[in-house]
Amino acid sequence: MLEIKNLHVQLEEEDKQILKGVDLTVEAGKVHAIMGPNGSGKSTLSYVLSGRDGYEVTEGSATLDGQDLLEMEPEERAAAGVFLAFQYPVEIPGVGNMTFLRTAVNAQRKARGEEELSAADFLKEVRGKAKTLKIDADMLKRPVNVGFSGGEKKRNEILQMAMLEPKMCIMDETDSGLDVDAMKLVAEGVNALRDEGRGFLVITHYQRLLDHIKPDVVHIMADGRIVKTGGPDLALEVENNGYADILAEVN
Amino acid sequence: MALPQAKQTATEARLAALTMPDAGCTRGAREDALARVLESGLPGRRDEYWKYTQPDSLISAEALPAAVFVNDEPVLFNDLDRLKIVFVDGVFSAEESDELSLDGVKIDRIEDICCKDIHWAKDLYGVLEARGQSPVQRPLAALNTAFASDGVAIHVTGKPSKPINLIYRHASPTSDAILHHVIRVESGAEVTILESGPAASRFNKCMEIEIADKGTLHHVRAQGRDHERRAATHMFTRLGAESVYKSFTLTANGVLTRNEQVVELTGDNAVAHVAGACVGDGDFHHDDTVFITHDAVNCESRQVFKKVLRNGATGVFQGKILVKEGAQKTDGYQISQSLLLDDDSQFLAKPELEIYADDVACSHGSTSGAIDETALFYLRSRGVPVKDATNMLTLAFLAEAVDEIEDNALADEIVSRLEGWLARRS
Ligand SMILES: Nc1ncnc2c1ncn2[C@@H]1O[C@H](COP(=O)(O)OP(=O)(O)O)[C@@H](O)[C@H]1O
Ligand SMILES: [Mg+2]
Repeated sequence: MLEIKNLHVQLEEEDKQILKGVDLTVEAGKVHAIMGPNGSGKSTLSYVLSGRDGYEVTEGSATLDGQDLLEMEPEERAAAGVFLAFQYPVEIPGVGNMTFLRTAVNAQRKARGEEELSAADFLKEVRGKAKTLKIDADMLKRPVNVGFSGGEKKRNEILQMAMLEPKMCIMDETDSGLDVDAMKLVAEGVNALRDEGRGFLVITHYQRLLDHIKPDVVHIMADGRIVKTGGPDLALEVENNGYADILAEVN
Repeated sequence: MALPQAKQTATEARLAALTMPDAGCTRGAREDALARVLESGLPGRRDEYWKYTQPDSLISAEALPAAVFVNDEPVLFNDLDRLKIVFVDGVFSAEESDELSLDGVKIDRIEDICCKDIHWAKDLYGVLEARGQSPVQRPLAALNTAFASDGVAIHVTGKPSKPINLIYRHASPTSDAILHHVIRVESGAEVTILESGPAASRFNKCMEIEIADKGTLHHVRAQGRDHERRAATHMFTRLGAESVYKSFTLTANGVLTRNEQVVELTGDNAVAHVAGACVGDGDFHHDDTVFITHDAVNCESRQVFKKVLRNGATGVFQGKILVKEGAQKTDGYQISQSLLLDDDSQFLAKPELEIYADDVACSHGSTSGAIDETALFYLRSRGVPVKDATNMLTLAFLAEAVDEIEDNALADEIVSRLEGWLARRS
């Protein structure tokens, strides 16, 4: 489904190479986790896949079901099925959460040539999904992420994911800043979305999220590359021994 | 003191093109106003108060022509039950207006206040304008008082069931209109005044509003969509104890607009909010000049002005809060912000506070910025196309000003106009 080949990325503003040849394939129905020390390029990878400005791809490719993602605008990628749960969800004063969600859902439907969701159908769906994530009506009415706690913001990301039903879910440290209960809610939300047709790329620092969202494959990223790939055990190894051993081993 | 030669010449030229209406009982007020104009002269480029806005075309003997814009949108406020008072190029149209009768309010034309002996109106005409000449001179308002050719006197004694809509239709490309309205809201009375339309190629409007204790006046205005029109407007408002004045203005297009609001809080616990949202594209210069005087205890004032500017448009804000000695527990808030959609546009702001009481809370802020790229990416990453996302963020930026409109139906109308404006540019 998602195929990343030899991806080299540098910053547009300064001549700094951040991704130095990333190779990664996520198959439909699978959960891949990426772990790695701070600054290794995990967020950069997620931004480049979703189309944020400021990065220049100097080599390599990224495709979703054969479509060249790197040629597409962010909104086109979204309509094609890419979703990024942000490490730092953005506050947007003056834009209601509900309005935002409905605009997004219908914009994607329109881009795919599907019929827009009626206000009533949308409302029904969003209420149901919000409830399972313990997002109350008040949060839905408030401006996007404004005044939300860290946990609320992350749950709001998962709500958006649930509403948009993307093919390829990329989650950037969705677990950071969450307490155990909130993490369970988030994990349940994600697990409910697991599906044969859907791939997940779960970026995390810690093993604990992976206790709840069981990965099929675990990658270790360091200095802009995937340096090691293994099964779920690899995450445990990191948890027990830290990155030092693995990094020493690959160097 | 003699005026500078250029000012003298310009003032004389303008006055030569005007005739004072034969106005019976307002004659005295008009003569006094003319004396004020002669003393101060009309605004010139060198005047401090006109530092950011060139007054030339507002004071020229002849108005510059302005094409009449053919508006394809539904008429503003058309779905609301309202009492219509229509002026075409600044002339009252009985034909297009509703009958001027409504429970709780009495409406007369300015030219009738003398023969009908309407005391309150005679006593108000030119009075607040004259008070508003100090500490800053507002010669265009004095000129208006002296030469206004039409206008209405609205006496609010109860709570009329519907808003009163002053509709200003622009019909002739060479029209030059001077309108003067006086409004008195009696104790405990409440009214909503709507103003809509560009009025004329050049429009000088003055409105004097006296709100008695516990009276309330809501004001919502939209200045039309004509690109070439010019306008200088003044609203002078004096508030009694526990009274409320809330004013909102939408300005979309218009080559030149200067909107002045002069508000005096003279009774304790009064509340005055003045707000504006303006959207300008290209040849557009919009100036909000506000002067709020706190002269009583525990009053609240808010100024919320937002400007969206693109393609070289200019926005100006001059806003002052003056807290007089003894005006304790004043709560004054002022914010002026611009959203610049490109590098060619500019926002010039001069926020001022002058405080002579010690127990007050006043804050002001002014910012100028571009669309928040992070927020834009966030919206786009959810599938919202870049134009729609930009428009969403632009409306969000304007929301704080629009939120000052209390009535939801009115606010929705204003938002729909803003959406239309943005959509036409996407
Ligand atoms: N916009 C940027 N400007 C400057 N440096 C950046 C920018 N984006 C990423 N970097 C740098 O790139 C490296 C990788 O960052 P990031 O992708 O955030 O790593 P991770 O998510 O793995 O912690 C870091 O050294 C970071 O400082
Ligand atoms: Mg990161």
